[in-house]
Amino acid sequence: MGAGRLYAAVAVGSFRRYATYRVATAAGVFTNTVFGLILVYTYLALWDERPDLGGYDQAQAVTYVWLGQALFAALALQGGGFEVELMERIRTGEIAVDLYRPADLQLWWLASDLGRMLFQLAGRGVIPFVFGALFFPMALPGDFGTWAAFLVALLLAAVVSFGIRYLAALSVFWLMDARGVMQALMVTGIFCSGMTLPLNAFPDALGDVVQALPWAAQLQVPADVLMGETAPLGAFAFQAAWAVALLAAGRLLQSAATRRVVVQGG
Amino acid sequence: MGETTKVGSTAGSRVTDGLRAYLLIAGMWIRAGMTYRTSFVVTVFGNLLLSGLDFVGILLMFSQVDSLGGWTLPEVAFLYGLSVTAFGITDLLLGSSEVLGTRIRDGSFDTLLVRPVPVLAQVAADQFPLRRFGRVIQGALVLGWALFAVDVDWTAPKALLVPVMLVSGAVIFGAIFVAGAAFQFLAQDAAQVQNAFTYGGTTLLQYPPTLFGKDLVRGVTFVLPLAFVNWLPASYVLGRPYPLDLPTWVTYLSPLAAGVCCALAGVLWRTGLRSYRSTGS
Repeated sequence: MGAGRLYAAVAVGSFRRYATYRVATAAGVFTNTVFGLILVYTYLALWDERPDLGGYDQAQAVTYVWLGQALFAALALQGGGFEVELMERIRTGEIAVDLYRPADLQLWWLASDLGRMLFQLAGRGVIPFVFGALFFPMALPGDFGTWAAFLVALLLAAVVSFGIRYLAALSVFWLMDARGVMQALMVTGIFCSGMTLPLNAFPDALGDVVQALPWAAQLQVPADVLMGETAPLGAFAFQAAWAVALLAAGRLLQSAATRRVVVQGG
Repeated sequence: MGETTKVGSTAGSRVTDGLRAYLLIAGMWIRAGMTYRTSFVVTVFGNLLLSGLDFVGILLMFSQVDSLGGWTLPEVAFLYGLSVTAFGITDLLLGSSEVLGTRIRDGSFDTLLVRPVPVLAQVAADQFPLRRFGRVIQGALVLGWALFAVDVDWTAPKALLVPVMLVSGAVIFGAIFVAGAAFQFLAQDAAQVQNAFTYGGTTLLQYPPTLFGKDLVRGVTFVLPLAFVNWLPASYVLGRPYPLDLPTWVTYLSPLAAGVCCALAGVLWRTGLRSYRSTGS
């Protein structure tokens, strides 16, 4: 089997695996819609008080909220993707089996996570977003080009998201206990990707810092591309730079881990 | 399938039995958790940090504005402290019921049924996560600050309302957790729905009621009485008008609302438990 076909099969398998849990998906859609509702009212009040905060108008702030809810599960903004499984495999020593497979560890999990993301975007993301668009005024582009650029930004966001969580997962080779790492992923993910507040609405210096970090590539950049707040090419360059840097760091850490670390077993 | 009720045992003694069992099971899990002391301290601290993120979000908002929906930062902090502390207590005591669906799916729920201990006590104390105490600490810290910072003429009834809100609030959230657990008998994979009301509820109550649409406020006042956790009594304490035109005595009804919620949740739990059919595997 060709390498491309192998990873495609992994991605499809992962997509179908997540698609199996229909009730859980419906429950997730419901929860994301409720949280979107709560958040949208707080943002409306905030932008009432400070119109043009962060360069957004009210409709853009609303769009940002629902986009955040749509991408929350897909991009695993607070964790909860492949990394949970990978950490458990490292902890139990099952990772030894994975390392024997005639497939690349990083690409294998990337394929698997992309499959999951695709399902969660379609299954969990679309409905809350459409709900938001139906009941609240949103700032959505009318031209095909912007939507296409948005899809490219989403793909890059997916790779950045994977890159961050792959590094976190590999750290378990040294740390053994995954709980602390998962908490760190949650804290950084929620805060730095702008789930609490759009990063451009952060106060000055702090805003500059968080907008330069890789987490900004996940929600803030795709949102800005969708709403025409940033030039797509510059946005892609920012995302791609972080994607490459994170994947390369993941490679390095992976080779260090597989060379030096003794796998747990029994 | 149902709870094993001894002939002649009264409702009162069953409650005491349940509580005793709950404490024993929780104590066992606490001892187990304490085996890894460093890990325990780190996760308590992590939970504190994680739970504090919401408040950091509110602080960030207030770095840009002076008031939100007409409420100042100390007033919002007052709402936040009440909501998070009350929810934190419940999440600590009953939060484990979230995993009931998993237990039903993998069949291990059956073992809970054959033990001579009320099932609800076992489900609630299952893997008792003392680390969740972090959220209570964090909520209490914000509440403590807010109590000093708000501009309120403290009278005896107003001061008394604070502990009443915390206890009734915790009980109202508890009823939602139990109802959510009962719902998992129906749909094992739908634990997320519960999150919309528990985590969603505590998030909603962190913000002033004036922010939200009238229909939403009506819904959480008359249908799912979350407003009794803090919105209604806190509006009275702070002297802020509540979006709905309600008489003043309603502010004192939190304990009653909590009682009604509990009774309903109890009925739902029994119905759920009675409808349980084991997978048999």
